[in-house]
Amino acid sequence: MEPILLCRHVTHTFPDGNGGLQALNDLSFDVCPQEFVCVLGPSGCGKTTLLRLLAGLLSPTGGQVLFQGQPASAARTGFVFQSANLMPWRTVLQNILLPLELAGGVDDTGRREAAALIELVGLSGFEQAWPADLSGGMAQRVAIARALIHDPDILLLDEPFGALDALTRDRMGSELLRIWQAQRKTVVMVTHSISEAVLLADRVLVLTPRPGTLAVDQKIALPRPRVEEMRYSADFGRLAREIKGAISSLPFS
Amino acid sequence: MQIRSRRYSPDKRRIRNSVYCLFVCLPAPWNLIHGVFLLLVVLNKHRFWFVALTAIIALVVWQAVAWIWRLPAFILPTPFQVAARFWQALMDGSLIRHLLITLIEVLAGLTAGVGFATLTGYWLAKSRPAERLLSPYLVASQALPMVAIAPLLIIWFGSGLVSKILICTLTVFFPILINTIVGVRAVPESLRELVRSLHATPAQTLRYLEVPAALPVFLGGLRVGATLSVIGAVVGEFVGSDRGLGFLINVGRGQYDTALVFATILTLIALALSLYYSVVLLEKLTLRWNRNYSSQSRS
Ligand SMILES: Nc1ncnc2c1ncn2[C@@H]1O[C@H](COP(=O)(O)OP(=O)(O)OP(=O)(O)O)[C@@H](O)[C@H]1O
Ligand SMILES: [Mg+2]
Repeated sequence: MEPILLCRHVTHTFPDGNGGLQALNDLSFDVCPQEFVCVLGPSGCGKTTLLRLLAGLLSPTGGQVLFQGQPASAARTGFVFQSANLMPWRTVLQNILLPLELAGGVDDTGRREAAALIELVGLSGFEQAWPADLSGGMAQRVAIARALIHDPDILLLDEPFGALDALTRDRMGSELLRIWQAQRKTVVMVTHSISEAVLLADRVLVLTPRPGTLAVDQKIALPRPRVEEMRYSADFGRLAREIKGAISSLPFS
Repeated sequence: MQIRSRRYSPDKRRIRNSVYCLFVCLPAPWNLIHGVFLLLVVLNKHRFWFVALTAIIALVVWQAVAWIWRLPAFILPTPFQVAARFWQALMDGSLIRHLLITLIEVLAGLTAGVGFATLTGYWLAKSRPAERLLSPYLVASQALPMVAIAPLLIIWFGSGLVSKILICTLTVFFPILINTIVGVRAVPESLRELVRSLHATPAQTLRYLEVPAALPVFLGGLRVGATLSVIGAVVGEFVGSDRGLGFLINVGRGQYDTALVFATILTLIALALSLYYSVVLLEKLTLRWNRNYSSQSRS
């Protein structure tokens, strides 16, 4: 299949007084339509930077990021930030509707969609709550609903379940899987959990310590549809062990 | 059966405890702090009565001072004389007439000042070079007391409304300007990235992000500006005018009608207070999402 998203020799250096701080170095990979890609890597290796480049929030200092042949900022993205990043002056419902409002207005379909998403992320009854009154995990779930409401071309998730407890985390993982299997969006997701990556992804990318570059590009050939029980299968264990081994053999930064 | 007898109401217990903390165990500093705290809790709960009580005490002391030293009315009129003069000025329409003039000056000056300051502030917040270039002048303008510039403005713009509105505008300008700059600069970068990732236009960024994010700080500036604008108008009227509350104070002073001076000052205080609390009300209405402003505690 034709790739939808291209990263070509992407290098990014942040200015910092003395020569600049290189976050990413010569990173190249493609993402096909409807593909689910997970990115793993040690803290500070440039994963968030990579997502911001893919969203067009940053332009790479070297190389190219192209979405369907155009600059990355042309894509309609749903971005879930590492922190929930809600607008404190908007209620839960208003936060979720924000992408629709910015895209030209909220109609009844939008409202129904929002209600369905609130149901999906388990926040029924909190529609009118202020973000200040939510727990960290609840806020993050609002952010996930907000990223899905406007039916984006590509979903960029920066450790979306980082603030959740293990149980909710697994449940949200399955929900994400369900959403993805129903809508088949292109997803790039940063995570720290190898088993989460193996369960969800078609491909797992592992980055080296800073400056981040591609260390491993592992296809996950587990059959779809995936279910929780696969976590205990032999193939799953083998893939998880391989990736774990690859990460362990990385040098310390 | 009455389970909670009045003797054990929490307030009574707090008062008793505060007396205990403040006087019985005086040497320990912690007791002192705790005693003051308990008193404040009780006072805050009954703050209407607290204000009413202190006002009555002040009036009684005032009356007593005027009586004991037998001060003539042109030095210190008694509260009753002031009330009578206030009533008289109210009835013959002079107080209302001058109040309206000052109110117009204040509102016009406030509107103009807030308008200019918000626009300039937004521009300076967005453009570092503009801020670097202009801020020395803006800060220097604050080093000049308004009373020093007021005569010039009156020479140039006459002793009518225009010069007073201008003085008001200039007085209000700076605090609003600073708070607009601080408010817009304080918009979180992460939220800017959010609206950018959603392809918001500059107008949408302003409406959906910058205005609501800067509003708490901006309204803080407006609180200061609203009270300062009254000072601005009165300063202008003092320096040269034939109308307004500042003029009325001048008239009272010239005729040794000290009761009128007092009555006018009280009117000014009422004007400043009502402007201030209008802004506070505005804050309560628009900042309900913010714990520091919402009326019901949501802890
Ligand atoms: N805006 C910025 N300005 C300067 N340096 C930055 C900026 N953003 C990130 N960096 C630097 O780039 C490097 C990579 O940061 P990044 O946030 O992408 O890491 P990460 O892989 O997401 O880490 P984590 O897993 O802890 O979130 C870090 O060393 C960081 O200091
Ligand atoms: Mg990160």
